[in-house]
Amino acid sequence: MSYWRPLIQLTLARFREQLRQPEVLFWVFGFPLLLAVALGLAFRNRPPDVVRVAVEDVAGGGADSLARALGEGRGLRAVVLPPAEAARRLRQGSVALVVVPGTPIVYRFDSTRTESRIARLVADDALQRALGRRDARAVVDRTEMARGARYIDFLIPGLLGLNLMGTGMWGMGYAVVDARKRRLMKRLMASPMRRSQYLLSFIVARLVMLGPETVVLIGFGMLAFGVPMRGSVLDFAGLVVLGAVCFAGLGLLTASRARTTETANGLMNLVMLPMWILSGVFFSSANFPAAMQPLIQALPLTALNDALRAVMLDGARLGAVAVPAAICAGWGLVSFAVALRIFRWS
Amino acid sequence: MSASAAPAIRCSGLFKRYKDVVAVAGLDLEIRAGECFGLLGPNGAGKTTTVEMLEGLVPRDAGTIELLGLRWEGHERELRQCLGVALQETKLADRLTVAEVIRLFRSFYRSGRTVDDVLAVVELGEKRDAWVERLSGGQRQRLAIACALVGDPEILFLDEPTTGLDPQSRRQLWEIVASFKRGGGTVVLTTHYMEEAERLCDRVAVMDHGRVIAQGSPRELIASLGAEEVVEFALSDGAEPPPEAALAALPGVRAARRDGPRFTLTVAEVHRAVPTLLAELQRRGVELTELVTHHATLEDLFLSLTGRHLRDG
Repeated sequence: MSYWRPLIQLTLARFREQLRQPEVLFWVFGFPLLLAVALGLAFRNRPPDVVRVAVEDVAGGGADSLARALGEGRGLRAVVLPPAEAARRLRQGSVALVVVPGTPIVYRFDSTRTESRIARLVADDALQRALGRRDARAVVDRTEMARGARYIDFLIPGLLGLNLMGTGMWGMGYAVVDARKRRLMKRLMASPMRRSQYLLSFIVARLVMLGPETVVLIGFGMLAFGVPMRGSVLDFAGLVVLGAVCFAGLGLLTASRARTTETANGLMNLVMLPMWILSGVFFSSANFPAAMQPLIQALPLTALNDALRAVMLDGARLGAVAVPAAICAGWGLVSFAVALRIFRWS
Repeated sequence: MSASAAPAIRCSGLFKRYKDVVAVAGLDLEIRAGECFGLLGPNGAGKTTTVEMLEGLVPRDAGTIELLGLRWEGHERELRQCLGVALQETKLADRLTVAEVIRLFRSFYRSGRTVDDVLAVVELGEKRDAWVERLSGGQRQRLAIACALVGDPEILFLDEPTTGLDPQSRRQLWEIVASFKRGGGTVVLTTHYMEEAERLCDRVAVMDHGRVIAQGSPRELIASLGAEEVVEFALSDGAEPPPEAALAALPGVRAARRDGPRFTLTVAEVHRAVPTLLAELQRRGVELTELVTHHATLEDLFLSLTGRHLRDG
C-alpha cells in the first residue's frame, strides 16, 4: 500500500505554499541576514578610543603641569577646565575622569563605568611615571584580534538558533492552526489521509528547507565577516537538525489546541519572547543574575546556542556538547509526545 | 443501475448534544444505494451535525451508524476510501493550483479518477493552473466537489454545496450532482434551498431543531399538505383583516395562515378559490394590494409544519 505517495504530495504542497509567499522568504532568509549585517556593523571591533580627561583649574596652580604630564600618557588627552565645567562634562560623559591637583591628587569618576575605570588607571600610570615611578621589569605588548572572539562571531550562531526557533514554531505551529481554522484539517481528516502523513509532511518540508537557510546564514557570516567554523561540519549539521526538530515539536505543542490564529500568535509569542531575550542570542546569557541561570540554561534555545557556538567557535566535538544537545532533544521529545496526546484534529 | 437490497446508509437513534443545546435529538434514517437523499431545514436544524456524524468526523453521543454495511468503529480506513466529502465553508490552500489540489486529494485513494477526468466533469479545465485564491465562489465549490469525486466514491456527501452562489453556478453544480447520480453513486445533500431539494433529491427528510419532522419524496411531501396550490395576498394599510378561521372556511381552501399583513392560503384549485376569496374580501369592504399564486413547494410545507420559513431559521 502506498504510504509514501500521500506523504510526497503533502510535502510538495507544503513547499509550494511556502515558496509562493514572498513574506515567508523574507522572514526565513532576509531577516537574519539583515540582522547580521546591521548588528555586525554596529558592534564591530574598533581600536580603543582616546581617553579624555579634565584637570580642574584650582587656585594654587599646578593644573597645567599636571595636564602636561598626563598628555605624555599613551591614548590620553587632557584639558584644563574650571570646576563647574569639568563637573558638567563628567556628568555628560564627554570626559571620563576629572583630576583635581593637590596633595593628595583626587580622581573623580564613575566607578561603574568601564571607560572611567580605564581612564583612572591610565591617567594614574602616566602621572606616576612623570613623577618618577620606574617599572620593576621590562614588558612588551603584543596585540592581536582573535577570530572567534568578536561580537559578530558570537552573533551568527545565535541568529541561526533564533532562526531555527522562529521557522520551526511559525512554520509548523501557525500553519497547523490556520489549517484547523479554515476547516482544511477537517476536510483532510474526511479523506483516507493518515495523521502521521500529515505531520511528517511538515517535518520533511522543514528539514529540506533547513539546508538552504543554514548555508545562507553561515555562509554569509564566513564570507562577509570571516567567522570561523572550527568544529566538524557534520557535527554542526547534526545540531542544526536537532534544533529544528526540537522547535518543530514545540511549535506543534503550541498549536495543538488553538482554534484561531490570534490565540496561536499569542501563545507563540509567549513562548518565544523570553528566549529572544534570555537565551544568549544577541548578548551572553551570563549577563543575567546567578539566580536566573538554572532557568536560563534549561531553555531549549539557550542549549542550542551554547552547543552551536561550542562547535563552531571552539571546535568542540559532539561529546562535549552532549548536555545541551540532550536538553534540546528532551524538549523535542516531550513536546511531540504531549502534542500528539492533546492534539485537536479538526 | 439497480438499487441493492442493503441500504447505503442506515442510522438509528442518532443523538448529539453541545453543552446545553441538543443539536440532533434522536434521528433514524435509511438511505438507499443510488438515490439522492436530502436533509432540508433552516440554519441550526442540525443538518451539518447529522451529516458530519455520518461522515465519521464528529463523535456521536448515542445511536448507531452503518455505511455500506460497515460501522465506523474498526472500518474507518476502508470506509474513507469509498466516500467523497465536501464540507461547508472549507477554504482550501490559497496558493496551490487547481490541478495540484486535486492531485493531492487523488493521492489519498487507492483507486480513483484522473485529475483531467475530474476537471472535465466540474468544468474547471481552463482553470487547471490557476491559484485557488483567484477562483470565484462558484469555481471554488466546483473544486471542492472535484476533490470529493476524485476518489471515485460510492457515497458523496455535500453540505450546503450551493450556499451563497449565483443561480448559474448553482445550476452547474446541480448538473454535476445529477451526472454523479447517473453513474450509480449515492448522494447525501444538506440544504436550506427548497428548489434544490425538489430538483435533485429522490427523497427528502425535513429537519427542524434536531428532528426529522417529515420524510418522503418531494412530491409525496407536497401532497401531504392536502392541497397543491398556494394563494398569497396582502391587504392595504388600515384594512380590517379577516380572521384566519373565516378564510379557512371558504370552499376549496384547506388552510389559512397570517403573517402580519400577508395571508397564505393553501388551496386545491386556484380557479375556484380566487373568485371566492375576492368576493369575500369585497363583502368585508377590504382592499387588496397584492395577489400571487404558485404551486406548493417544500417551503410551504415547512411553513405549515412549523410556522417559520426555511430561510429565517
